[in-house]
Amino acid sequence: MSLEEMYREVILDHYRNPRNRDPLDHVDATAEGNNPLCGDEVTIEVGLDGDTVQAISVRGQGCSISQASASMMSKAVLGKTEKEIAEITDTFKKMMGVIETDDVVVDEERPGATLGDLEALQGVRKFPVRIKCADLAWTTLEEALNP
Amino acid sequence: MTDWAAIRADFPILSREMNGYPLAYLDSAATSQKPQAVLDAITDFYSTTNANVHRGAYSLADEATRMYEDARSTVARFIGAQSDEIVFTRGATSAFNTVAYGWALRHLTEDDRILLTIMEHHANIVPWQLVADLTGCSIEFVSITDTGRLDLDDFHHLLDEDVKLVGASMASNVLGTINPIAEIADAAHQVGALVIADAAQAVPHMSVNVYDTGADWICFSGHKMLGPTGIGVLWGRPEILDEMEPAEGGGEMITDVRLDGSTWAAVPHKFEAGTPPFAQAVGLKAAIDYLEAVGMDEVERREQELTEYALKSMAGVEGLTVYGPATAQDRVGAISFSLNDIHPHDLATILDQRGVAIRAGHHCARPLARSLNVPATARASLYLYNQESDIDALIGALAEAKELFSVA
Ligand SMILES: Cc1ncc(COP(=O)(O)O)c(C=O)c1O
Repeated sequence: MSLEEMYREVILDHYRNPRNRDPLDHVDATAEGNNPLCGDEVTIEVGLDGDTVQAISVRGQGCSISQASASMMSKAVLGKTEKEIAEITDTFKKMMGVIETDDVVVDEERPGATLGDLEALQGVRKFPVRIKCADLAWTTLEEALNP
Repeated sequence: MTDWAAIRADFPILSREMNGYPLAYLDSAATSQKPQAVLDAITDFYSTTNANVHRGAYSLADEATRMYEDARSTVARFIGAQSDEIVFTRGATSAFNTVAYGWALRHLTEDDRILLTIMEHHANIVPWQLVADLTGCSIEFVSITDTGRLDLDDFHHLLDEDVKLVGASMASNVLGTINPIAEIADAAHQVGALVIADAAQAVPHMSVNVYDTGADWICFSGHKMLGPTGIGVLWGRPEILDEMEPAEGGGEMITDVRLDGSTWAAVPHKFEAGTPPFAQAVGLKAAIDYLEAVGMDEVERREQELTEYALKSMAGVEGLTVYGPATAQDRVGAISFSLNDIHPHDLATILDQRGVAIRAGHHCARPLARSLNVPATARASLYLYNQESDIDALIGALAEAKELFSVA
């Protein structure tokens, strides 16, 4: 996996132009996460309609991996139900090698095939110390939704 | 004239490739590489002389004990001290903790203050916070100036008779700043405070005489000065070591153990509970022999030269900010920096792809990072085996990183 692949344009694009950053007027669930190793921080706010995430705000600071992951995540979970989000989260974490679960079935060759932009983060697996950066927003979202 | 290319060739790891490029190792402030002579000394010891020290009544144990104690005298001579003032510890960190538990915990009360500098490594902060929790004493921090020097006005302002302990690094592992430890110690002694100096980034890089520092305790690690991990040194003034209590109890550190109590062995053994790191001590001795053969003045001169070269080269990189003194004067070769708004961890990963090993993070000095108002910095740090080409590799890789992160 080359450098250029790792920092693919999608990652840099999300890093430079993070999506869904505006604070929400109405917050149903929120959580803050940080990664003491590199000082990455994310704050997540969620607005719910039943069990559907109808609004999300992700703000933070840190390395390109942590912030791009957070931005892509916000895009991927917006409009989804909590059950669908759990599935996306599991798929993402499985792609990153953070968890081993049989709850979701993924394509062995391309575990991130269903994840859209997020698949760009798969290259980070090659850099074990950076996986935590990619995972931060996801763990924080789980905390927000399952306090 | 020292043949620096020959010196570099003494370090086998430096001929490695990393990700298809020659390894440019620029993280010696975290740990140094080891010359063949140190590796050989450790292997030889295990191959020919290994036995537990101060225990066996047989010749092999005698030989091992002699080598361990010989390492102690070598360390003592190296820093201008006496052998029985040298306590072997697991590293600088455990040296600080030995003083925290053996002295501070027993002497400080809630009326007392500890004065530290904002540039201290966590090893010279957290043990005192543990002491403060248990004794109720308070801790204050001396700030730094805009040029990354200790703010001596602030120091003198914060120093008064309530201060019982001053902790300061001789050289900062983040800023590279060399602090005027003798001046600090002098002022501290005038108000009756004792002084503990963090020499982890000083002893490896310059000639240090403990008595010239004016400090009462000095702590450093073997692994940052060409020696193995698992060994460090606490030096203390003999009269202070004498009245300190051991921080750890166990074998080796007693004269007698009865059911109702025990008596301690003499200094330094009373601070060395359990089997000490004797093979590591033999490795540390070999490291000091190596440094002395080069000459510490020569090591310091060469590192100044490299530091100057690095600072000049980095000054030519647009968008690069150095945290710490901008010139090589009163400075060691630990250079923290940032490049535009590229996060240091992204930078380190990109540089790694070009074989350049630097550190990114808060370098175990979060209070300093906060005071600089940066979540993290990148850090390149130098030692005697580095050469200009390592710095050139760094500069080249920085240019690539900039290109990669430029707005597309
Ligand atoms: C200035 C300073 N003090 C203390 C330490 C702690 O040394 P060790 O981790 O070897 O105990 C270090 C090294 O990380 C350091 O750079």
